[in-house]
Amino acid sequence: MDVRIRRSTGSPVVLGETDAEMEPVEAPVAGVPMQAAGRGAGGRRKSTRAVSKKRGEKKTRAKPARKRGTKPRRAGKVTTAKRAPAARTAGAGNGSGQGKANGAEPAPATKRAPAKTRRRMSAESMAGRQREISVSEFFTKNRHLLGFDSPARALLTAVKEGVDNSLDAAEEAGILPSVRVELVEIGDDRYRVVVEDNGPGIVKSQVPKVFGKLLYGSKFHRLRQSRGQQGIGISAAGMYGQLTTGKPVVITSKTGKGRSAHHFEIVIDTSRNTPEIIEDHTVKWERDHGTRIEIELEGTYKGGRRSVDEYLEQVAIANPHAEILYQPPKGRAPVHLPRAAEELPPEPTEIKPHPYGVELGALQSLLKETKARTLSSALQQEFSRVSAKVAERIVRTAGLEPRRRPRDLKPAEVESLHRAIPRVKIYAPPPSCVVPIGEHLVRCGLEREIQAEFYACTTRPPSVYRGNPFQVEAGLAYGGALRGFVEEDGSPHSTGRDADAQQGPITLLRMANRVPLQYQQSACATFNATVDTNWRQYGLPQPKGALPQGPMVLLVHVASVWVPFTSESKEAIAHYPEILKEIRLALKECGRKLGGYLRRREHQKREERRRGIFAMYIGELVESLGNLTRVDRSKLQKELSRLAARHTDGDAEAIVAPTRRVRGRRKAAKEEAR
Amino acid sequence: MSARPRKRRKKGDVASKLRELGEGAVRQIRAGSNPAVQIPARTLANVKYDRKRSIIELGDQTQTRALFNVGQARKYMQTFLVASACKDLLDAAKTTSIRDLYYITKHTIGGTKQNTFEEQEESDPIIEDLEVTIDSLREEMNLFASNRGAMVGDLTLVDAGDTIDLRRLGSGGWSVPSIVEENVIQFKRCNAKMILLVEKDAVWRRLNEDKFWKKHKAILIHGNGMAPRGVRRLCHRMVKELKLPLYVLVDNDPWGFYIYSVVKQGSINLAYESVRMAVPEARFVGLSSFDPKRFDLSSNVFIRLDETDQKRAKQMLAYPWFERKAWQREMHKMLKEGVKLEIEALSSKGISFISEEYLPRKIRERQYLV
Repeated sequence: MDVRIRRSTGSPVVLGETDAEMEPVEAPVAGVPMQAAGRGAGGRRKSTRAVSKKRGEKKTRAKPARKRGTKPRRAGKVTTAKRAPAARTAGAGNGSGQGKANGAEPAPATKRAPAKTRRRMSAESMAGRQREISVSEFFTKNRHLLGFDSPARALLTAVKEGVDNSLDAAEEAGILPSVRVELVEIGDDRYRVVVEDNGPGIVKSQVPKVFGKLLYGSKFHRLRQSRGQQGIGISAAGMYGQLTTGKPVVITSKTGKGRSAHHFEIVIDTSRNTPEIIEDHTVKWERDHGTRIEIELEGTYKGGRRSVDEYLEQVAIANPHAEILYQPPKGRAPVHLPRAAEELPPEPTEIKPHPYGVELGALQSLLKETKARTLSSALQQEFSRVSAKVAERIVRTAGLEPRRRPRDLKPAEVESLHRAIPRVKIYAPPPSCVVPIGEHLVRCGLEREIQAEFYACTTRPPSVYRGNPFQVEAGLAYGGALRGFVEEDGSPHSTGRDADAQQGPITLLRMANRVPLQYQQSACATFNATVDTNWRQYGLPQPKGALPQGPMVLLVHVASVWVPFTSESKEAIAHYPEILKEIRLALKECGRKLGGYLRRREHQKREERRRGIFAMYIGELVESLGNLTRVDRSKLQKELSRLAARHTDGDAEAIVAPTRRVRGRRKAAKEEAR
Repeated sequence: MSARPRKRRKKGDVASKLRELGEGAVRQIRAGSNPAVQIPARTLANVKYDRKRSIIELGDQTQTRALFNVGQARKYMQTFLVASACKDLLDAAKTTSIRDLYYITKHTIGGTKQNTFEEQEESDPIIEDLEVTIDSLREEMNLFASNRGAMVGDLTLVDAGDTIDLRRLGSGGWSVPSIVEENVIQFKRCNAKMILLVEKDAVWRRLNEDKFWKKHKAILIHGNGMAPRGVRRLCHRMVKELKLPLYVLVDNDPWGFYIYSVVKQGSINLAYESVRMAVPEARFVGLSSFDPKRFDLSSNVFIRLDETDQKRAKQMLAYPWFERKAWQREMHKMLKEGVKLEIEALSSKGISFISEEYLPRKIRERQYLV
């Protein structure tokens, strides 16, 4: 996506401006609620503040949209901002507003244009069309970016956003989450999505903003592991519902026992990205605390892959501490996924960014915004793992004075400071900010949903990409119920590589911060790492450049303070080499365990087959030998059976016998030496 | 081939040898080891050509056949199954064919769909294995193969008590049984001066019709292709007991030569019986690669050597029992000309050319190879 989202204090979000044009900012850094200032009046230039240090990967190289002319007019209540093609060359390019050029009056486009061309439009007339675009408008047009492209996916995304929020809220409040999801079919391709939780509830004054304003949230401005990141999700779901059905979002929330529950009905004003409250009254609710959100939307319910049903199952795997109650539509039986663990995962701590991986522009704005008076203390305050000593080293390496006022630094000096950072050794960020599910709980989660014959789980130590700590874990479940019909016929040949190949590719469960990812599998780092891993050496068939085959579910979980997704709909993890490497290592560890198991099992099967062969012939042999020698046949039969067992029960003997023998020999050698 | 010739013919009757085989297995089972039988290997690598006696003998390499080995278990069981059936035969003092034995021992293994033997090809080598293992002939275990080959000539013998005059057997001759041991066949009166073993039934009929045996005082015998054990054993006995020379008439191709060599010094597969079957003095009368020139045969009776013929000829050039100069010349000539000849090719010179001209001249002029 070529779009940059920037917040401007008090005005709708502006898209497509660059750092270079930015004015110094007076607003404080993080965690400031967005609604702080009043609605922007037309034409007045707002001082904007970059948030790109948090979202640095979205740097644009586009030229600033220059406001030409003297008096920009507001275009009034036009839903689509129409711009001449010339505007594009002028560089105001963002993905959204390129409407149809009306092309009525010809005008020279750029300096490069030949002199003879007739002017189509003047800078002044063009300026009249140039206006800000609300983020809500932007996403109304680009709803696929948020995961609302098809009706089936829209339903899933709405559920997903609701569940993510519920789990995040409950965990942050230290409550064991219990989430109830209900889908009600209310017409052709029309559903009511209900997500209800036992979380802490939302304060009355915040409810409309949380659910009725895009890019409003608690999670964007801090480096802390959570499911939600941007503050888009649930509002976007509501917006989608409003767009397709015209119905408001219905929210009920209660913050504690004895308090009254608030009931809201909210509509989003997309042109201004603000909530409009339609209903607001208190109701009685039997819950002590919690939030319930109802969205009516156009969607399609279907079972199978990428369905809501499957998504919730995966949520249960990734969140063994969560209880999920699910009422599917169309009269299907309710599903209850009870907890597999009674303990909340440890609370992730919030951290500051790590100096490694900070981008130049981000550093620049950070130095301008800092409250610190000296360069040295600015580095210490704004970054994690920077002590006075480290800060001094960085500054000295850059050839600067530690006592300099940070905002006085010239661009060239910032650049040398930026170059100095990687040359100084700095500790990796504290891993406490990342909370993995944990080997044991991954296993619990898998066991809870999948009756397999073998499980293996691995949690890697924390690592860092671009200054962001992250941690990878992998788990796999093999065989058992996953094998399906092949196992039921009971033939001994239903296992082994050939049978595995018949099963088709494995199922890959991708998780990011405990959220199962459903779409864009092949664009995801987890998928690529899985394909790149050589599973053949672990006993699974694997066609070239594809997933391995077999009755297996493979889970890959990436936990990070900032999971790098390839798009806002959060479906695929970006391919950072550090992340790919960690995933591969985790997969290899799991793979080795699986390989060991498969070899052991293969050996056992082989021994069983051998035993079968010998047992078959022993009876005949006893007959013949009895006839030849008049030996007692039943006794011989017993002796032979015992022998056969000893000659086929390979593994116990193979492991124990050699050590015994070696010890015996050593003992004998010692005695001889005496 | 590091094999030394094995000591032959241990004492003791066959029944006790079979019992001893079984007791050995029981001992191994009692001792808790993997029961196994050692079977002398019937392979080219384990045969030795004894130049002095000019026979092929079995070396002392053995193969192990163990019960607790997936690849050998079945054969191990079959070995004892056959041994047990042979013991029953001996106990009942009855003889039977190896095909019969296959049916006697073939049955479904309890609780499975498998048979002890699926076809006779599986049971025949087991019998041969058993023969070498307990160092007894199948004939001694009262087993016989189906009759093959026929004989006529100036000879009277007793077959299972019946006196048979081999001069009065019409066109068919006496069918040679597979067991021709002293207890079954005894020679009574012999006026013949030689034995002529021909490869083919058709040629044998020609010679019989022409009463070749009468004119030349001969015993005429054929083996219907590769001479079976009965025919070879009988020739061996006649040569030894009646002191007659043996002439062999075969096709002029590698396969014909090989039939001669098997009669002369034994086969690789039955190397353990060479002593009792081989006739080192056997004379090869034809057809020789030099015969076309000698007898002025027209070239249209030649058959081109195909690839397998050439391959086989080259293989045989390397066998130690074909290393004599005359044989090397014979085969090199065949390879050089690239053609082979059937015995029937002689008929192009006249229907009785073989009995009236070819054979008498060859024998008279002593144009044979040894």
